[in-house]
This record gives sequence, C-alpha cells and structure tokens, in this order.
Amino acid sequence: MTKTPLLGMASADRRLIWLAASALAVLAILPAFGSALAVDKLTYLFILIMFATMWNLLAGYAGLVSVGQQAFVGLGGYAMVRMVDAGLPPFPAIFIAALCTGVVAWAMSWFVLRMKAGEFAIATWVIAEAIRAMVSFDPIIQGETGTSITALNAYAPEMRRLTIYLLALATTALMVWGSWKLLQGRTGAEAQAIRDDEEAAASVGISTFQVKQRIYILASIGCAVAGTLWLASAITFQPRTGFGVQWSVFMLFMVLVGGIGTFIGPILGALLFFALQEIFGDFGAWYLAGVGIVAILFALYLPRGIVGLWLDKGRDEPLTMRKRLGI
Amino acid sequence: MLEALIQGILLGGYYAVLAAGLSLMFGVVRFINLAHGDMAVLGAMIALWFVQGVGLSVSLAIAVTLPAMAALGWLMQRLIFERALRGGFLIPILTTIGLGAALQNGMFGLFGSETKSLGAHIGGLSWASWELPGGIFLGQLPVYMFLTAIVVLGTLHLVLTRTAFGRAVRATATDADAAALCGIDARRVHRGAAAIAVALAGLAGIFLALRAQVTPFAGPMLLIFAFEAVVIGGIGSLRGTLLGGIALGVAQALGGLISPQFSILAGHVVFLTVLGWRMSQVAAADRGGWRSAYAALILKHKTAGGKR
Repeated sequence: MTKTPLLGMASADRRLIWLAASALAVLAILPAFGSALAVDKLTYLFILIMFATMWNLLAGYAGLVSVGQQAFVGLGGYAMVRMVDAGLPPFPAIFIAALCTGVVAWAMSWFVLRMKAGEFAIATWVIAEAIRAMVSFDPIIQGETGTSITALNAYAPEMRRLTIYLLALATTALMVWGSWKLLQGRTGAEAQAIRDDEEAAASVGISTFQVKQRIYILASIGCAVAGTLWLASAITFQPRTGFGVQWSVFMLFMVLVGGIGTFIGPILGALLFFALQEIFGDFGAWYLAGVGIVAILFALYLPRGIVGLWLDKGRDEPLTMRKRLGI
Repeated sequence: MLEALIQGILLGGYYAVLAAGLSLMFGVVRFINLAHGDMAVLGAMIALWFVQGVGLSVSLAIAVTLPAMAALGWLMQRLIFERALRGGFLIPILTTIGLGAALQNGMFGLFGSETKSLGAHIGGLSWASWELPGGIFLGQLPVYMFLTAIVVLGTLHLVLTRTAFGRAVRATATDADAAALCGIDARRVHRGAAAIAVALAGLAGIFLALRAQVTPFAGPMLLIFAFEAVVIGGIGSLRGTLLGGIALGVAQALGGLISPQFSILAGHVVFLTVLGWRMSQVAAADRGGWRSAYAALILKHKTAGGKR
C-alpha cells in the first residue's frame, strides 16, 4: 500500500501569510503614529475578528451552530468585574476571567453537546439568558443598571488605550494562528469529519464528543477574551449589553458574509462588517435593518459568502483546510 | 399562591398561541423560524397602527391584522423560506436571524422605541375582574384571552384532523416525498402552514399588546418563550403545545412570587430541566435495558401516532 502524497502549501498561500505577518508588524507600531480614534477603532476591529474566527471554528468547522456565545462574552465581563472588585489588577484579570469562563463552558458542554442541532442553537441561547438573569441578581451588578470597572480609571487614558490595543492585537494574532494550527492538525480534520457526518466520523473511531468539547471550550474562551477586552475598552458592564444576543448575530453575520467554513472568510467578513459600520453606522436602526437584509440576501443567494465568489471562478480556496492530494 | 397558579394557567393560553405557530412550522415545514417572535411584535404593531393611526376599533383592527399576517406568512414562505430550506440546516437559521434583525430595527425606525399598548383602547376591560370565592380576583381580559386561545387551537386541531387540507398537512409532515407521490403539492401545504403560523404569531402579539406593552425589540424574548413552550410540551402536537404553554405560564407566575426577575428565570429552568430529562431518556434508550426498551416502545408508539 502506497501513501498518497499530500501537496504542500500553495505559493499564493505563502504570500498571504507573509502579507499577514507584515500587516501585524505595521499594526504593532501604528499607535506611535495613529490618532487615538484610529487606535480605538482598530481595537474594535480586532475584537470583531476574534469573534468571527471563534464562531467560525464552532459553526464552520465543527458544525456547532450556537446562538448563545454571548453567554461567554457576558460571563467573561462579569468574572472580570468580580475579580477587579476582589483586588486583582484589571489587565491580568481579562485573561483569568476568560479562563474561568472556559471552566463554565466545560461544565455546559456535557449538557449542550448532546443535543441535536436545532436544540443546541436554542438551548445555548436560553442558557445565556438564564446566566444573564442570575448575574443580574448579584448586588455588585446593580440589576440592569450595570457597573463600571473604576480600577481602569487609575491608568492614564493614553496608557490604557495603548495597552488594550496591543493586547487585542496580540490575542487576535494568537487566535488566528492558534486556530490555523488547530485546524491543520488532527483535531481540525476530526472536527470537519464530524461536521460533515457525525455517525460516519464516529464509525472510523473519532471520539466525536471529545473533539466537539475541545472546540466548544476553546471557542468559548476565545469569545470571553474578546468580550472582556471589549468591556475593558468600554469600561461599563451592563448585563443587557454583555449578554445581548446581538453578539451572536454579529458573529453569524461576519462568518456568513465572509464564507463559513473557510479560514479567511470570517476575517474578510469582519473587515466588511467593520467597514459597513463605519460608513452607515450613523443611520442607527436603519443601518442594522440593512445588515439584516444583507444577511438574508447572502444566506439565500451567496451562502458561501465572499470566498464563495472566489471559488466560483474555479480558483483554489486561499488557506484551505482541505488536504490536497498530489495525484 | 392559588391566584398565581390561576394567572399562570391563563397566561399559558397566550404562550400556547405564540408557540403553536412555531411548532407548526417546525413540525410541517421542518423550518426553524428565529424571527417568529418578531413576527408577533409586527402583528401587534400593525394592529396598533390600525387603532392609533387609522382609527379603527380594536376588534376591527384585529380582524384586519390577522388576514394581513397570514398573507405575509404566505409571502415569506414563497419568497424567502422556500429558498432557505434548500440550504440545509444552517441557512434557515442565518436567514431568519437576518430577518429578525431587519424586522426589529425596521419597526424601531418606523414606530420608535417607546413601549406601546392596546390596553388604553379597550376601556375598562383591561382592569375589570370577577371576584371568586376566597377573595381571588380573576381578570376578565386574561380569561377571555385564554378562551380565545382554546377556541383557536381547538379549531386548528379540527382543521388538521378533519379537513382535506389538514390531511395534506399531516401527510406532508410525516413524509413529504410520499405525500407528493399521492398528488399533494407540498409547496402549497407549506405556504398554507406558514400563513397559519404567522397569523398565530400575530394573534399572540396582539394578546401581548392587550395585556401589557410591546417594544420593537421584544421579539427575541417572545421567541424564547415560544421555544420553551414547544419543547416543554413536545414538538408537533397542539395539545402538547397547550400544556407546554400552561407549564411555562405557571412556572413564570410562581417564579414571579419571589421576584419579577425570577419569573423569567423559572421558565428557563423548567425548559432546561425538561430538555435534559428528555435527553437522558433518549440516552437511556440508546444504552438498552428493559426500562429503556419500554420507554422506547412508548416513544415509538407516540411518534407513530403523533404528527411526527
């Protein structure tokens, strides 16, 4: 029996990676020149990219369509509020809070991952609502009013902005790189097999539950990091915003528009969503209604997103996770 | 306590109407409509517009709104859902979430964010009540709404069991391909089911506007309530939906005795418990044993007898 050789990375992909690396370098030194506004906006863009990448990991590669990722955004925020209140410095608290959220995700996974697709989507949402209600009981949150992380005001605004920017940039790079490594590896291949046919995947010996669990927990931690970074830049924590379903809607929109189940799609989707917000955001509700309509049009007429347009021309998917056989 | 229990049961009628449309869409069309709650809000907004903008009486406004909602449901199925259904499991979710965002924000843009209610237009009915022996006050409006819900769901049940359309619906729900072989046009059945489902959502929205307030962004919460009622009661049976609605209403009313915040949480907890219990039943059935074999037998019997 001969082993079929796998083709290495396409040269276009290699160029893309170099491009990403140089973009990272430019972004890392940008605060030295850019205005405060630009730094704030880019921070928000990084957070969007993290959300989109994490949701794509879940839905696009593991087939876990969650409408409840806001549970981890909100929980991360809440855990951070609690830790800062207990005297932890705010910046380490961001990451410790996210790890604590991962423990909650681990506990939840035993329950939600046994569900069928439709139940999973709804149950994750209901759990997010239930957690929101419970968090609102905590006197420190003051019900719907929310609370502020006043400890962050101890830092000079410039310093705080720069730190959050660099942290967001670093974690974004880490998440994109990490999900690349994960998907290239065994877990990624197993997850995609489960997504395509869970029974078949189980029959060839994949521990489907464990693979799904791993991805679910990682994506939840990722969403929590992004969420707490967002909270750190916004300073105020309100249960309604933190646990709002709009986070999942945004994630879904970015991933869908960019191209679900492709590596580069969610990043493109995040860029597009960011651009739309910059251009049309002033229209408020009408802009969001427009986003909804764009989502419908993409779902109906371009379900493979922007990357799908590229693929329709018969070109290879950039940075694909499919293994290419050298036949 | 007893008063809360009665209120919860009456509230259950409203939840059952809200959930019945969702259950119908899922059972017959195999379509999860995540914009169902927003459709309910839309129904309420349209009725409100007829009353406040056009100057119709409340009953006339309801009589006009419901056919309009049914027509909207038919159109949605024709223009959006049919196409979305071809895309497997994910596309309907994405489409209806987009639809929900468009509806919420569109209504916000058109009608503003303030809470609106039909309560001011029905005179004394919104607070009139009967006194039962034992000092329990029974609101007239909730009783009328509950009776309406029973009549509507009962009629729907008769339509599904006794008419040619109902037979077509049940046949399509059981096996769309086999039904098509017998000359049933599944697309027409689906459009009919969607029309009924959206009209039911509209009625539920009007109920909400009568007994409380609506805001453009109330939809997602209504969707969650509808899902909870459907799952608690079991998918694809109207009687189950009614019982599920009542269970949810009672849970919320009893939770509300502790604090208003706890009311909704109690509903969530009941939902998650039922879901977990049902999953453990299935898991036990998978693993074998006489108990699970027995349970599987009942489950199978139920599935064969019910609409699924």
